[in-house]
Amino acid sequence: MTHSTDLARVRAVPEAVPLASVNGHRGLAHEEPLLFERDNPGAVGVDLPPAPKVTPRLGTVARRGPIGLPSLSEPDVVRHYTRLSRQNAAIDTNTYPLGSCTMKHNPRLNERLARLPGLAGLHPLQPVSTVQGALELIEEVARWLRELTGIPVVAMSPGAGAHGELCGMMTIRAALDACGDAARRRVLVPESAHGTNPATAAMCGFTIDPVPDDGTGRVDLAAFVAKLGPDVAAVMITNPNTCGLYETDIAELGRKVHAAGGYLYCDGANFNAIVGRVRPGDLGIDCMHLNLHKTFSTPHGGGGPGAGPVVLSAALAEFAPLPWIVADGEGLRLVEHAGDAAARGHHPIGRLKGFHGQMGMFVRALAYMLSHGGDGLRQVSGDAVLSANYVRAALMDRMTVAFPGTCMHECLFDDRFLAGTGVTTLDFAKAMIDEGIHPMTMYFPLIVHGAFLVEPTETESKAALDELIAVMADLADAAKAGDTARFTEAPRHAPRRRLDETTAARRPVLRWTPPADTAQAAE
Amino acid sequence: MRYLPLTDADRAAMLARIGAPSVDALFDAIPAGQRFAGTFDLPDHQGELAVERRIAAYARGNIAAGDVPSFLGAGAYRHHVPAAVDHLIQRGEFLTAYTPYQPEISQGTLQALFEFQTQVALLTGMEVANASMYDGANACAEAVLMARRVTGRNRAVLSGNLHPHWRDAVVTLARWLDFEIVVLPPEPAGGEDLVAAVDSGTACIVVQNPDAFGHLADLSPLAEACHAAGALLVGAVTEVVSLGAVESPGEMGADIVVAEGQGLGNALMFGGPYLGLFATRQKFVRQMPGRVAGQTVDTDGRRGFVLTLSTREQHIRREKATSNICTNSGLCAMAFSIHLALLGEQGLTGLAALNHVTAIRTADRLAALPGVRVLPRAFFNEFALRLPRPSAPVVERLAGQGVLAGVPGARLWPERPELADILLVAATEVTTDEDIEALAGGLAEALA
Repeated sequence: MTHSTDLARVRAVPEAVPLASVNGHRGLAHEEPLLFERDNPGAVGVDLPPAPKVTPRLGTVARRGPIGLPSLSEPDVVRHYTRLSRQNAAIDTNTYPLGSCTMKHNPRLNERLARLPGLAGLHPLQPVSTVQGALELIEEVARWLRELTGIPVVAMSPGAGAHGELCGMMTIRAALDACGDAARRRVLVPESAHGTNPATAAMCGFTIDPVPDDGTGRVDLAAFVAKLGPDVAAVMITNPNTCGLYETDIAELGRKVHAAGGYLYCDGANFNAIVGRVRPGDLGIDCMHLNLHKTFSTPHGGGGPGAGPVVLSAALAEFAPLPWIVADGEGLRLVEHAGDAAARGHHPIGRLKGFHGQMGMFVRALAYMLSHGGDGLRQVSGDAVLSANYVRAALMDRMTVAFPGTCMHECLFDDRFLAGTGVTTLDFAKAMIDEGIHPMTMYFPLIVHGAFLVEPTETESKAALDELIAVMADLADAAKAGDTARFTEAPRHAPRRRLDETTAARRPVLRWTPPADTAQAAE
Repeated sequence: MRYLPLTDADRAAMLARIGAPSVDALFDAIPAGQRFAGTFDLPDHQGELAVERRIAAYARGNIAAGDVPSFLGAGAYRHHVPAAVDHLIQRGEFLTAYTPYQPEISQGTLQALFEFQTQVALLTGMEVANASMYDGANACAEAVLMARRVTGRNRAVLSGNLHPHWRDAVVTLARWLDFEIVVLPPEPAGGEDLVAAVDSGTACIVVQNPDAFGHLADLSPLAEACHAAGALLVGAVTEVVSLGAVESPGEMGADIVVAEGQGLGNALMFGGPYLGLFATRQKFVRQMPGRVAGQTVDTDGRRGFVLTLSTREQHIRREKATSNICTNSGLCAMAFSIHLALLGEQGLTGLAALNHVTAIRTADRLAALPGVRVLPRAFFNEFALRLPRPSAPVVERLAGQGVLAGVPGARLWPERPELADILLVAATEVTTDEDIEALAGGLAEALA
């Protein structure tokens, strides 16, 4: 295979290249100082007209001292951020198979449309008569989400997936309070769940009762049923789950939970695997958040912004957060206040966010859904699952799969294949960096030892998948062959080698301070 | 389909490798009764042109604050964003990266966040800041929960002049945590006595500056009262540009400063995505919610950056985490940071001065109208007017004439009929003399 030959040739290059150069740069790899170290007093990156001289009306609190911001011209700022950008891995540059995160292609049409002046220039508190198009757009996004999930109501305002979880669990808490059920405070959460699930339930005043899996990566129905009781408020399930497996018993679990008087919350982070094929509403799910930045491809942006609309069953609908959109006489309007909601027989949990939700993400998600259509979304889940199973099948002889059987949109390996090699999952991940591929998710889910969670998504070509497979296979072979230096020394070909995270946490330096201050502090 | 690279030949080859007869067969783990057998009421896939036409039609169904004289503020402000900002945040290396879990290949995002945190700390007069939250209202709610963790006390007091949406976000987040939130009544004339609200059971006082009616106040006496009682002062800022002209809450003694950062680098976008700024003192850093970037060194001794203090966070601490937050507002934070880098000290103070002067001009012009009163004596770029009649119909009428006159009191405080004649008016560097005349002329007519 030419790829392996290439790898061998690359590694044959002597490593005697000195780190230092006159200016710290090497070829296209530029070292970049902090903005504050580029400070060039007198420079400025904007030209503003001078403010007319008038007596200020700032009372007694006019700013007296300087803020301490650096001065840069536009060319310096553009160069600074352009250089920084080149120190980032991104989907645009290569496969980014980060399990549970759904790193799929971000269509550029969506970026263009989110910037249309008729959308980007809207103030959230304009009279609703002037924003009918915007409200109609949000309604269309909501209609797609209702149709795809088969659940009748959607709350659009949560700012991200965890915020959506909070919204959903709060509606459950509100529903229990409304019927005076003060006994139900326990929430059952599988041990394989995202950390946000227990953290969210705790923020709603619930206690968390973790439930182990059945040994094959799925929920243990019997274990759940045994824990059900009059104090159980809800069960939080991720489906497909964080092991990349479909929860076969979910409908049965839902029936049991409902029979016991509790609610079924579904973490929809992995909806990408089943979109267009399964409607969560058909499974008895009471509420589920949707990460628009996962399934519906709004860009992750290095850590947000996201958007986390929540679908709610009829039983929970009256507790949906403010605001929401209603059709009223001549057009659409917003229900923004508790009084207005009460007049409609609703009992909202309250307001979660400043305004109406992540409009910029709604536009992108709608462009994505319209581009794919109902037919394309079914193809999305098909190709996502096909790609994950292809990677799984190609690597299962060299690595150790955590659980038997086909997977959904992500495949999970454990670290048994590294036993005795001295190489850890972390080392393996860092060695992938040297091969130019962003590593998979490591050490999650927690129930699998040394987990490798690989989610290729549907937007990788077969050639890209083959490259991923070749790299991981070659690394697995190298680890077993005893080439540990390739792992423990990795990464060698990244902007930085391994970073000291222990010191970073023990003695946190969270901001730049002027050198004079640093010197003083040292004295 | 343009976003799906696999061809039928690819799929056939992949299925052969897997040993499955079809893609549908890969879904066999899903019981037949759980698979959707019906037809979705959704259109089939479409090309770029068709999608663009469809969404452009929605955009045409609005009057954009960006296109007409607009005096809307109340937590979201129209500013000119330099072209370089949007160009840089659309670089794919920033746009299409995830949260920087692999720091060696995420130094771009991490260094930018470290710089952002430094800028936020400087602006707010605090020692440290996190890497952003969903928005200002959410940051405010998280600050109140943090004050509870720090003080171990179970009551927070919110100024009556805190933005009602921020107030509501706090109340919602605290609702099931056995945490009393005392909400004081709004005082449009200013002069609220918050010192009287502090006692030995108070976890924190939350005060906005400038407040929801535009009043600027010296928070120092309140900070002293809080500290004397062992409570924290949370300073809230809904218009971050004000910090170019006004002493920051941190400089006046606040312990936590939260702000809406939209005013720098980010479009109005009908309310989101925005970014919450969150800053505090170094001694409280381990109680701070949210992601944070920190400086360290690599094995070659070179400076680098990592996400740090993750033992506070949900993926490690699960139900004992400081917050359930995972995603923040990374790209919005970067836009904020780039705009502020372009402005620098001189640009930000100049921009703030322009805003203030424009607001003074607007206030003076409107105060000349019969029956119209400007409430705050000291303000930044926004002020409450009292009109001689309810403001909402006036705003509606002016909107019909293509002027967005401001935010009516009834939109924010519908439960308070005594605020129905309040109109919140904001002016920024974008506001022209013609805009001011259009507003003044329209108001004069509507009030005649």
